[in-house]
Amino acid sequence: MSDLNTAMTERYRSSFLKEVEANVEEGEWVKMCMQCGVCAGSCPLGNAWEHTPQKLFMMIRAGKREAVLSSDAMWMCTSCYNCIARCPRGLPITHIMHGLAHYAKRLGLSPKNQPTQQFAQIFWDNLMKKGRVNELKLGLSMYFKDGFGQGIKNAMANQKLGQNMMKAKRMSAMELFGGHSIKDTSGLQKMIKKAQEIEDAKIQGNS
Amino acid sequence: MTEVIATNQTILVVGGGISGLTAALEAAETGKQVVLVEKRPYVGGRVTQLYKYFPKLCYPTCGLEINQRRAKMNPNLTILTMAEVTDIQGEAGNYTASVKLSPRYVNDNCTGCGDCGKAVTAEFDDEYNYGMGKRKGAYLPHRMAHPQQYVIDPAIIGTDDAEKAKAACKVNAVDLDMQEETVSFKAGAVVWATGWQPYDANKIQPYGYDRFSNVITNVEFERMADPNGPTGGKILRADGSPAKNIAFIQCAGSRDKNHLLHCSRICCMATLKQTHYVQEALGDEGKSTIYYIDIRAIDRFEEFYQTVRENPNVSFIKSKVASIVENRANGNPVLKGVDTEGYHRYENEHDLVVLAVGMQPSVDKASFPVDIVINEEGFIEPASENGGIFAAGCSSDALDVNRAVQQATGAALRAIQVVNRVAGTEG
Ligand SMILES: Cc1cc2nc3c(=O)[nH]c(=O)nc-3n(C[C@H](O)[C@H](O)[C@H](O)COP(=O)(O)OP(=O)(O)OC[C@H]3O[C@@H](n4cnc5c(N)ncnc54)[C@H](O)[C@@H]3O)c2cc1C
Ligand code: SF4
Ligand code: SF4
Ligand code: SF4
Ligand code: SF4
Repeated sequence: MSDLNTAMTERYRSSFLKEVEANVEEGEWVKMCMQCGVCAGSCPLGNAWEHTPQKLFMMIRAGKREAVLSSDAMWMCTSCYNCIARCPRGLPITHIMHGLAHYAKRLGLSPKNQPTQQFAQIFWDNLMKKGRVNELKLGLSMYFKDGFGQGIKNAMANQKLGQNMMKAKRMSAMELFGGHSIKDTSGLQKMIKKAQEIEDAKIQGNS
Repeated sequence: MTEVIATNQTILVVGGGISGLTAALEAAETGKQVVLVEKRPYVGGRVTQLYKYFPKLCYPTCGLEINQRRAKMNPNLTILTMAEVTDIQGEAGNYTASVKLSPRYVNDNCTGCGDCGKAVTAEFDDEYNYGMGKRKGAYLPHRMAHPQQYVIDPAIIGTDDAEKAKAACKVNAVDLDMQEETVSFKAGAVVWATGWQPYDANKIQPYGYDRFSNVITNVEFERMADPNGPTGGKILRADGSPAKNIAFIQCAGSRDKNHLLHCSRICCMATLKQTHYVQEALGDEGKSTIYYIDIRAIDRFEEFYQTVRENPNVSFIKSKVASIVENRANGNPVLKGVDTEGYHRYENEHDLVVLAVGMQPSVDKASFPVDIVINEEGFIEPASENGGIFAAGCSSDALDVNRAVQQATGAALRAIQVVNRVAGTEG
């Protein structure tokens, strides 16, 4: 368990809902859910996931902290916005899903091998280097995330896609050597570091 | 020319549904002069289109008949049908109202014999039956209409049909030269009772009311269940085959920020009542399934709900249906969603779906003749800024008949107080 997780468990021992309200993006909306089921029934993921938004919101109210935060459900959300468009109560469901995923990751509770999460991390690390996404390296890191052998297989399977992207000038082979960057990379990195400090202070203040 | 005799001690009632009728009668029976303005060719409003009333499952015609008799006997009450208020000027104790009267083309000589209706041939969608079925161009809007006076559809004026209607009438009641006119008169106070309309089901896109012929609304279902209605009381699918496995979808367009914000309060009870219609029409062959968020059978209706709960032919599924698709092979609606009790995903096929649509207030703020305080749900607020204008019945909130009538009596009292003040200062 991370220190932050221990601190949060201590502080919100009695109410996971309160913890979500204070720390999860748009978390204060959770209590507005009337359990009608429209989001669950409208989500294109259908049976493909463990818990629908409707169920997650009920689990939060029922205090099922571990089960919610270690679930891969919120990582599956494709941000299609179907649920938001339909929710009779106007809950920003998509944002809550991402907020929950983000919070779980901060606490170190998110499922380790969940591919969306891995991709998000790779994307972030990639972006932080130059201030712009290096599509080639991003693609390669994704292919090779499960080891060298699987990486070659993945790369072969997606060869056509890569070639098309190069044709359409969406990706360049030259990216392998350094790649394009913004003018002031270190400035960006400083800015992000500052933002992270503010975020950390906020969440520590809550813990 | 129609003449309306009124003073600033007269009470104007706008809308002649059960609420407006009640307010008008209560005021008239205390000796006040009352003018009732009703848009339709008859009074009674939407309850005339219901088959039975919850909770007693009695017939609305029964209560309406009593009111109609009270109306006939009271010399203080003037009823204007096919009439709409176009303007109100002034303030509490001194209003001037303008009312547009549309021509009926039939005068007070009419005995309701029906000969004109038999003589004409052109047919039109029957608005009383929400467009299910047809009516003639010379017609009595419904069997129990008050007044029992025929109406000639303006669409046949100038055609052979109009002449046929005139020729058929033995008492000289058909008057094809009637013109639209506007009358103005004084009033001290106004009771606004324009009621409600069913929420437009076409706007609830995922339920496909506009696309699937076996998806209908609860108001249409009321007409269908009525033995005097367009199907003779048979519960039928669009192709005329009997519907036996019927789904009711609650909160269709209510409690929803994309539609009506409010709980329409009557539709849970209306659906519970309609399961009785299914039982009555089909016996044990008829199955009803109610999809709901929660059942709101308020206060003394709990018992009614429990009785329906005990009926083995009625099932309850706690879920707001997410969407409907149509089984192309048989035209059956297929309901998709997730059950809140256990979070099971379902795909249930039914013969017929009844959308329990909610009540949208018939208060059009944009064209309201004077400034008035209307809440975010579209109902008239009881606000002092409204001066001598008081809302009655479903203009003030989503109400059942019992509550609408109580509320209308209250509105009549407030109006009486205003005209009493006028009488006090003048007398
Ligand atoms: C499916 C369904 C089933 C129901 N079943 C029951 C039941 O079993 N028991 C029960 O208690 N309640 C029931 N209700 C509720 C009931 O219908 C209402 O309580 C009742 O109609 C309220 O009457 P009202 O006079 O306020 O409005 P309305 O009936 O709408 O009357 C308003 C009148 O005003 C007229 N009007 C509108 N605008 C104007 C204008 N600008 N100028 C002049 N006149 C105008 C209209 O033509 C109408 O005649 C049901 C409702 C629904 C939807
Ligand atoms: S649609 Fe909205 S109110 Fe309904 S269950 Fe989902 S989040 Fe809750
Ligand atoms: S935005 Fe996410 S949770 Fe909402 S319907 Fe789409 S995939 Fe499902
Ligand atoms: S208008 Fe004449 S013919 Fe028609 S119903 Fe009335 S009395 Fe009979
Ligand atoms: S009365 Fe029932 S069906 Fe109607 S809006 Fe309220 S909860 Fe929904």
